[in-house]
Amino acid sequence: MTAWPGQPGRAGPQVRDRVRDRDKDRDRAGALLRPTALSPAAPAANGRPPSWPPCQWCRGVLRQDGGARPPRRGKERGRSAGVRRRRRAGRAMLRASLRQVSAALKEGRVAPTELCQRCLALIKSTKFLNAYITVAEETALKQAEESEERYKRGQPLGILDGIPIAVKDNFNTAGIETTCASNMLKGYISPYNATVVQKLLDQGAVLLGKTNLDEFAMGSGSTDGVFGPVRNPWSYSKQYKEKSVPKSHSEDEESNWVITGGSSGGSAAAVSSFTCFAALGSDTGGSTRNPAAHCGVVGLKPTYGLISRHGLIPLVNSMDVPGILTRCVDDAAVLLGSLAGHDPKDSTTIQDDFKPFELPNLTDVSKLSIGIPKEYHAPGLSSEILALWSKAADLFKNAGAKVVEVSLPHTPYSIVCYHVLCTAEVASNMARFDGLEYGHRSDVKDSTESMYAATRREGFNDVVRGRILSGNYFLLKQNYEKYFVKAQKVRRLIANDFVKVFRSGVDILLTPTTLSDAAPYTEFIQEDNRTRSAQDDILTQAANMAGLPAISVPTALSERGLPVGLQFIGRSFQEKQLLTVAKWFEKQVQFPVIQLEEVKRHDSDVFQHQKSASFS
Amino acid sequence: QRVSVEVLEHLEHLALVDFRDAEGVERLQKAIQFADQLHEVNTDGVEPMDSVLEDRWCLYLREDDVTEGNCTKELLENAREKVEEYFVAPPGNIPLLKLEERETFLQGS
Repeated sequence: MTAWPGQPGRAGPQVRDRVRDRDKDRDRAGALLRPTALSPAAPAANGRPPSWPPCQWCRGVLRQDGGARPPRRGKERGRSAGVRRRRRAGRAMLRASLRQVSAALKEGRVAPTELCQRCLALIKSTKFLNAYITVAEETALKQAEESEERYKRGQPLGILDGIPIAVKDNFNTAGIETTCASNMLKGYISPYNATVVQKLLDQGAVLLGKTNLDEFAMGSGSTDGVFGPVRNPWSYSKQYKEKSVPKSHSEDEESNWVITGGSSGGSAAAVSSFTCFAALGSDTGGSTRNPAAHCGVVGLKPTYGLISRHGLIPLVNSMDVPGILTRCVDDAAVLLGSLAGHDPKDSTTIQDDFKPFELPNLTDVSKLSIGIPKEYHAPGLSSEILALWSKAADLFKNAGAKVVEVSLPHTPYSIVCYHVLCTAEVASNMARFDGLEYGHRSDVKDSTESMYAATRREGFNDVVRGRILSGNYFLLKQNYEKYFVKAQKVRRLIANDFVKVFRSGVDILLTPTTLSDAAPYTEFIQEDNRTRSAQDDILTQAANMAGLPAISVPTALSERGLPVGLQFIGRSFQEKQLLTVAKWFEKQVQFPVIQLEEVKRHDSDVFQHQKSASFS
Repeated sequence: QRVSVEVLEHLEHLALVDFRDAEGVERLQKAIQFADQLHEVNTDGVEPMDSVLEDRWCLYLREDDVTEGNCTKELLENAREKVEEYFVAPPGNIPLLKLEERETFLQGS
């Protein structure tokens, strides 16, 4: 069996030593964050390099020969050792996992205000990514100060207290502009918090800002919002740059950048570029998993009905769910634990009690049955991803799991079914935007209807208007049975496919998330939004149809140096099993850390730090 | 099979959104063509599915007790035109102008 890149079996003795060290000293807080007596850079007393809890994001700080980094010269000369130590700890902190940061906050190794300030500074220096629409600087700092008070009193609200989080701009956030990347809601300041946002704030999370998306979450590239497209942070990574061939001397990364995928591209870019520890997205046809796969982060779509949609500006009421984007599967479980549960304000949430869970460290997969749906070998699937998919299947097989090929025969029709149901529900959901109560209002005064028509003409872009018109067509009396009801019947067939497969003993389905790695922006915009959505949603969409939980886990880098993710689909409300398997898989593949290069026009010492600390 | 101008006009009226140009109409044509693939599937005897939670009796009616409200000021803040506690709309009961009378791309079709 060929080893994964970076897997201990292939990389050499240094990596094996580090793995052994990691397992030996189960020091949860991370030795780097607890400086030694002599200097922050000296190795630990026993001569071994500092050890960490097993988290891929921390591995990037170690040097390849196993030594620790040398003391910094130049810029920081003259600063006290204490300041240098705290600064280094602060920078390393941005790359840590949620649990590690939470532990550090609790132990007082970093202050919530410092963490918040670092994130805000990083957001400023990565502005070219266009991941954020609104940065709520003042409120974030205030929340961080309040969190600091709580930590000082020894009364943190929970694991999320003080953690900077970003939220997609189609969630209502009280007092902060919520635009859905549309002219229709520019200037709209929500009067209330979405339930998920409220839950995060109640646990002390620091809301950094609202992230960019496709207009009203319609699209698969995060390119169609009025605030411009979102750039994938991997476009500026060493891994991508090494593999890309410049067409001419004058061409730089400006024209070569790749999309994030969509529609939660801003959230994925924010998490991927370390500006926050977790982000909320929404998932209707794959809008969380698609950008997660393209940006190399974990994207979780929970079961429909588990997390409240109250306050999430709806696209398709029967398929929308709030999505969770984090850098590792464990963090996703933490966030899920804080957000799931019945909400009296959302009647589509189930009433069963939800118990937050800790993910066990699975070691024995022999009792698992993994299904490989053959219809997901869709036309257009790149050979690279196909190879990764079968490698992953082999990984499970060799670890003792039962891997079977299954069939979901109605998969090819899911995208058509989605197209009809989505446009129909969109036609209904967009009807509320008339300019009277909120949002953009046209100056036309002749009549109510002409004012509505003018407002909607001015407020919506082509994509939204196209979907509204198509949806209205499918809902016309003469077309209702033929299209809408027919699509609902096909939906049942699709959902039943999954039920049959799970009933036959399969626990988890393993599929690719996307057809290929992220496309360059200039190439992506050659086709229109509907064509792209139809192409890109094909592998993620069916899980929304059936309401099943699904997660995209970053797996490996493609030949172009861009992330590729694989998707796991689980049974309804069995997130614990799904996430446990995903966590096991994540540990096996050891996805590499992004090595963000210093971008010439942005002199950020955070990036400089990453450059000197990178290891490959 | 192209959509007739009457239906296009009817759609514009229903949706209160216009086909700005030929591209808009073409988009609808393509969307319908795409959706026609649904007819290849045999759905005899299959019930339409409204919600994936149909087995769980999720959609319930709660007791008619007032649990929140009194937020007139907040709600009015986002409206552009208002008088005291009312949203102000232009005169109603005036139907949208007929195809011949208003400026729309469809006039040319």
